[in-house]
Amino acid sequence: MPGPAIAGNRLDAFGGHRRRVPSTSVLRISRADWQSIIDHSLAEAEKPAEACGLLAGELGDMDVKAVYPCGNAAPADRQNVIYELDSRDYLKADRDAREKGWDIIGVYHSHTHTQAYPSPTDIAQAPDPSWHYIVASVQHPAPVVRSYTIVDGEVAEEPLVLERPASQ
Amino acid sequence: MPVEVRLPTVLRQHAAGQSSVKANGATVGEVFEDLVRQFPLLANQVITEDGSLHKFVNVYRNDDDVRFLDKLATPVEEADVITILPAVAGG
Repeated sequence: MPGPAIAGNRLDAFGGHRRRVPSTSVLRISRADWQSIIDHSLAEAEKPAEACGLLAGELGDMDVKAVYPCGNAAPADRQNVIYELDSRDYLKADRDAREKGWDIIGVYHSHTHTQAYPSPTDIAQAPDPSWHYIVASVQHPAPVVRSYTIVDGEVAEEPLVLERPASQ
Repeated sequence: MPVEVRLPTVLRQHAAGQSSVKANGATVGEVFEDLVRQFPLLANQVITEDGSLHKFVNVYRNDDDVRFLDKLATPVEEADVITILPAVAGG
């Protein structure tokens, strides 16, 4: 049933309204992939180190089809503050994604002591304006995972939508 | 002697949207020269103006990072696959 024709902002404040976020700006990810990002981030935080990995999907679509956990190749004493995604792991992920008809469409990494928002370094080094940038913060007991686009230094959040497996 | 060159998403806009292209050359450097002949917009994206490999790019010949081979002088053969990957890092 259509809602009252009032300004969208008030409805937006309650969330869930279909006009709240244009569908094109929502990044969909399976619950299993989302969980694997959190598990990887929590495991690396024990070292402590930042976790990183790649996202695969069809270019231009807003669906993450697979995540590829990768190694952090930054110097060991810096891994808690920076990540350098292991390029050999990237090569393997790229091959696997191409075999499945996908592309690498983004990257995830964790912040061990800061919020789930791209750092100045993340923004300055963002390699591709078409990519999705997922940041997982594990600074508090409850992890926070958010996704962004970074275009010409401009950061925009794209809400993550968790999808159930197709069989459910 | 054409080899396959696999492009990351960020470079495809300079190569008519293709994810993989064929280029000729006996070395990685020659392959990139041919690549730029075919797609002039790729100039300076992989090779710097002084003729070396761009710092923010990793290039593989099959399974090997060419930085640990002979860099741009690394020989290539027809069945080889050259993969260009952006360096991915942050803080």
